[in-house]
Amino acid sequence: MVDVAFQSNRAAAAQTGRRRVGLRNALRRKSMSAFLMTLPLILLIAVLVIYPALYSLHLATLNKAMTKFVGLGNFEFLFKRETFWLVVKQSCIFAISAVVFKALIGFIVAHFVHNVPANKQRKWRGMLLVPWVIPPAMSTLAWLWLFDPSYSAFNYTLSFFGIGPIPWTGDAMWARFSVILVNVWYGAPFFMIMYLAALKSVPEQLYEAAAIDGANWWQRIWYVTLPMMRNIIAITTLFSLIVTFANFDIVRILTAGGPLDHTHIFATWAFRVGIEGSDIPLGASVSLFMVPILAIAAIFILRDITKRGNEA
Amino acid sequence: MSRKKLSRREFVAATALSSAALITAPYVRGAYAAGKLSMGFWDHWVPGANSASTELVNEWAAKEKVEVQLDYITSQGNKNLVTIAAEAQAKSGHDIFQMPTWWPQSNAELLEPVNDIMEPLLKLNGDVNGTVKYLGQADGKWLGVPASVGSQIKGPCSRIDLMKKHAGIDVQEMYPAGSPPKADHWTLDTFLKAAEACHKAGFPFGIGLGETSDNVDTAGAIFQSFGAQLVDAKGNLTVKTDAVRQSLDFYKKLLAFLPPDVSAWDDASNNKWLVAGKGAMIMNPPSAWAVAKRDAPQVAEQCWTHGFPAGPKGRFAPYLPFFWSIWSFSKNKEAAKSLLSHLSQPASIEKMVVASGGYDLPAYEKLTTLKVWEEIGPPKGTLYHYPNPYKHQTLSIAASPAPPKIAQQIYFQATLTKMCLRYYQGESMEKTLAWAEGECEGFMRS
Repeated sequence: MVDVAFQSNRAAAAQTGRRRVGLRNALRRKSMSAFLMTLPLILLIAVLVIYPALYSLHLATLNKAMTKFVGLGNFEFLFKRETFWLVVKQSCIFAISAVVFKALIGFIVAHFVHNVPANKQRKWRGMLLVPWVIPPAMSTLAWLWLFDPSYSAFNYTLSFFGIGPIPWTGDAMWARFSVILVNVWYGAPFFMIMYLAALKSVPEQLYEAAAIDGANWWQRIWYVTLPMMRNIIAITTLFSLIVTFANFDIVRILTAGGPLDHTHIFATWAFRVGIEGSDIPLGASVSLFMVPILAIAAIFILRDITKRGNEA
Repeated sequence: MSRKKLSRREFVAATALSSAALITAPYVRGAYAAGKLSMGFWDHWVPGANSASTELVNEWAAKEKVEVQLDYITSQGNKNLVTIAAEAQAKSGHDIFQMPTWWPQSNAELLEPVNDIMEPLLKLNGDVNGTVKYLGQADGKWLGVPASVGSQIKGPCSRIDLMKKHAGIDVQEMYPAGSPPKADHWTLDTFLKAAEACHKAGFPFGIGLGETSDNVDTAGAIFQSFGAQLVDAKGNLTVKTDAVRQSLDFYKKLLAFLPPDVSAWDDASNNKWLVAGKGAMIMNPPSAWAVAKRDAPQVAEQCWTHGFPAGPKGRFAPYLPFFWSIWSFSKNKEAAKSLLSHLSQPASIEKMVVASGGYDLPAYEKLTTLKVWEEIGPPKGTLYHYPNPYKHQTLSIAASPAPPKIAQQIYFQATLTKMCLRYYQGESMEKTLAWAEGECEGFMRS
């Protein structure tokens, strides 16, 4: 009896010991430590991102009074609205043209900065990043004053050359141009700094080899620089596309969607419908409409990056 | 060590005695015996105007032994609207919220009825105008107490000198301080002629046609002056009517005499227009005049706030009331009602109106002749007709009398100003009407 009791204690102790060793091993595993260290962030994202995302999905399935489940009824309603399709069109024009110009300007400026002597580069980098570090709501206010319908500083300057006045925010085409311009001004420095980092990582030997082969300036860019920067260009474009599609502050401050709704994008129209019009389910549906568009873009861009990664 | 044991009898006796003592003991009222109350009030843009509300709340709290928390929430960037939406979703937040125009109706199911305090207040202060009833009542239930703070009429604010010189209209004679208006000839036709004359003289009227409140309010009053409604009180579409056509034709004529950039105007544009001395008239509460008093005194002393021009179906002026509403999830509804009753006493209302420099308007008919509007200047009497003391015009809100939940959409989607702009820019009348009809059909979803 005593023996049995003793043996059972020993078994329990061995089990506890094994458990301790198991825990120690688990903690020693890099993946486990990494998981534990990122756990606070995961929880934070779950609370601040996943929960609101699921909640907005839930809201989008309710009727206007939020008393009845309507499934995809809100989307069905939106698809019949002329203004909704105007917003879809404008969001695409706004995001695509802004991202293209940001990428182009960022690429050109990154080359200029890359060719500046190393000791002067810091100054240029700092100055060129200024638009990106100012909160956009604040810088857009300054742009609003520059574009002010009655007291535009641009129009004042142009008047000396006999040009204008230009209805910067009063005419549909000019208003679209203005919001895209401000977005490009704000976002180009991000592209510039990313491309600059990518340029610095291109091995010098490749350019030397290209030079020996007799490649000219354009061929060096096309056959060396661009292929080496492809991944960073793809990632930056995807990131910027998501942020630009979801933009709110620039349009809201500069034109509030006008004139005649010709500058509304998803976020500003969702705010107009959901908050100002007290139709929160419809507002949620408008903002959720961005998700499939961005998901498709993300799938294509990320698939391309993975494919190249595998090839490498 | 001996230890005395408590017998069962002794324990029962002691418990009974202490319970009796607790029950019969006199109630000692603590500093915050009546609990807590939190308020989300609109952050006034007149400097110092909040202090009157704070004083009144603190005075009441000290008397009633309630711990109060008072937050002033700005309407800049629609922060108040976002807060209302968040509290309505969370069903948690302030006990009392000061809601602008349409928000009591859009949150009607979540608000505590205040009929029990409104009835005595109406007896005390007089009846309220139709717009307050339209926005503040649902199925006979008062959704909030009309707040004088923030409530405003957006009537014409004219330049005395420019109107006299270029349009031949003496606005002071038409709306004399201290006596009833003599404005029978102040019609939309006279207004249009004056707009043309001032435009020719280089001082066009500053009336916006953008998508923000000031622009929509003016269009709303002009549409109502023609009897034009996009949706009637029963919720029927009434876009394709002669009244709507007449309103659009009127606006087409008017737009030719307005600054060329009015389609991009927001709520600040007309204020800047007046303060910069660029125009002879704007449609605004006296905030523009108050800014001019500070920044351009020579402009301020030529300003006169007065009534709207009359149209074929009457004289309408845009009126935007605020309401103090109690959330149904409030944990101290009785204290909230007591505070709202205190804030709506005539003395409290006068204190708040004075603190706002005459900007705030009480909804009650007995309180439209306070001394502040008689005395304030320069020029003295400039705001005398601002509170509509002779009921000379019907106070209304754009898109009414459509059911409020539809009207709110018409208002915030700026359907009226968009129609005017589309038609002015060359779209055919029937196409504009068809577009507006489609929009209104969409606003009717439930």
